[in-house]
Amino acid sequence: MRFFEYEAREIVKRAGIPVTDYGFTTDASEARSIAERIGGPTVIKSQVLTGGRMKAGGVKFADTPEEAEQHAADILQLEINGHQPRGVLVDPKAEVEQEFYAGVVWDGTRKRPVMIFSPVGGIDIEQVAEEQPDKVGRRHFSNILPFGDFEAKEVIASTGVTGSDLNKLVPIVTRLARLFVDNDMTLAEINPLGKLKDGSFVALDAHMDMENEARGRHKKLLKDLGVGDEETRQAREATEFELAGEAVDAASHRGVAGNVTEFDGDLGLVIGAGGGSLTLFDAVRKYGGRPANYCEIGGNPSVEKAKGLAKLVLSKPGVDKIAVMMSIVSNTRVDIVARGVIAACLELGFDPAEKIAIFRIPGAWEEEGFKILEKYGVEYADRSVSMHEAARRAVEKIQGGVTA
Amino acid sequence: MRKDGTFIGVEVDDAVAGDAALAAKLREVCPVDIYSDADGRVDIVEGNLDECVLCRLCLDASPAGTVKVLKLYDNEAVLA
Repeated sequence: MRFFEYEAREIVKRAGIPVTDYGFTTDASEARSIAERIGGPTVIKSQVLTGGRMKAGGVKFADTPEEAEQHAADILQLEINGHQPRGVLVDPKAEVEQEFYAGVVWDGTRKRPVMIFSPVGGIDIEQVAEEQPDKVGRRHFSNILPFGDFEAKEVIASTGVTGSDLNKLVPIVTRLARLFVDNDMTLAEINPLGKLKDGSFVALDAHMDMENEARGRHKKLLKDLGVGDEETRQAREATEFELAGEAVDAASHRGVAGNVTEFDGDLGLVIGAGGGSLTLFDAVRKYGGRPANYCEIGGNPSVEKAKGLAKLVLSKPGVDKIAVMMSIVSNTRVDIVARGVIAACLELGFDPAEKIAIFRIPGAWEEEGFKILEKYGVEYADRSVSMHEAARRAVEKIQGGVTA
Repeated sequence: MRKDGTFIGVEVDDAVAGDAALAAKLREVCPVDIYSDADGRVDIVEGNLDECVLCRLCLDASPAGTVKVLKLYDNEAVLA
């Protein structure tokens, strides 16, 4: 769940990291008041959950409060990449001597957070990593054990920062790392982290992304920030297809058959079980397949629910076949899912043997499930066929040839 | 009385279909609402037949051989 910049700044501020004397408002005249309070040149920044603000005219500089009000009025009307601004952030135009980068991001491969620091800030860290790799320090750390200052110090020092700057940066980066863990973030980034003329450091911009499943653990923070339960804060609005997936899942309390994400491929996926969805999705792509969707099915859904999901995927324009694949199931019943996906084909007037590229769900009630699949001529696989091999076969079938 | 879904069929012997106590019992035990109690008569809810989880509770609740669950995908094998 992404936060607007003004919210991210508040989170940073609460963590004890110095920020500028900014103000957030949805009203142009209030922007003027904030600029008057700041007393000097200001930056007016659109608060939107999308990139490209500067290019789109969503960031403007003002020398006077009157100019700040005018810019705020303009920016509040400015749609950027289809997003209406939540408001504007009025920020002092800081006298910055040097811009740094400090960030923490969740490394899904290592299953640990990784701290990243660079004395080259203000631009994308990916660009710095590519052009000046010696200027980027990284270090994984535990999200269970307490975070020590020395860990931050090592990362910062590895980029060549020494002396007073090093001493001042250590507590900032340490607090950022703790903020990341304490708030279940997947991204906590300060860019730029500005060194001002007087030698002090201040967060000039911040990006925060909280693990969506952790929202329930941070109700107070979200309430303080004014984030409503209904705000999904996803990278983009849900598509009609995705909303229909939500409706399928919500229609019955039994099991899960949803969490649908739309892609533009031709192979529909009905996948799930204990992380199986992610593995299978990646496996399909690895073998050159083009998934039409991501989804999650599990927890022993009803036949109706499995059917609803399969019908949705089968009905998606451009979908040629579906692959029904899961890790080994214990709770979810193979025969129930088999009935669901075959019923979906039949109700849509499709031949299950043609439309289901492969059915690979081993586990509970598989013998019964395989009898159903045999009756309808659907190719199926038991646990002797790995998830990757099943994905490869599905891709091969849809491509009508040999896979990579 | 017999009704078929796509995968599951259920047959209730006419001799017991009018048994009010059995109708109430079947409605109570079936976890997926295949049976309903139609004014003291057993009725089969066709739309729920394919949700049958083969739990046998309906067989246990009725006199032997009076209720049959048929696997239509397995040559109408009778659930024993």
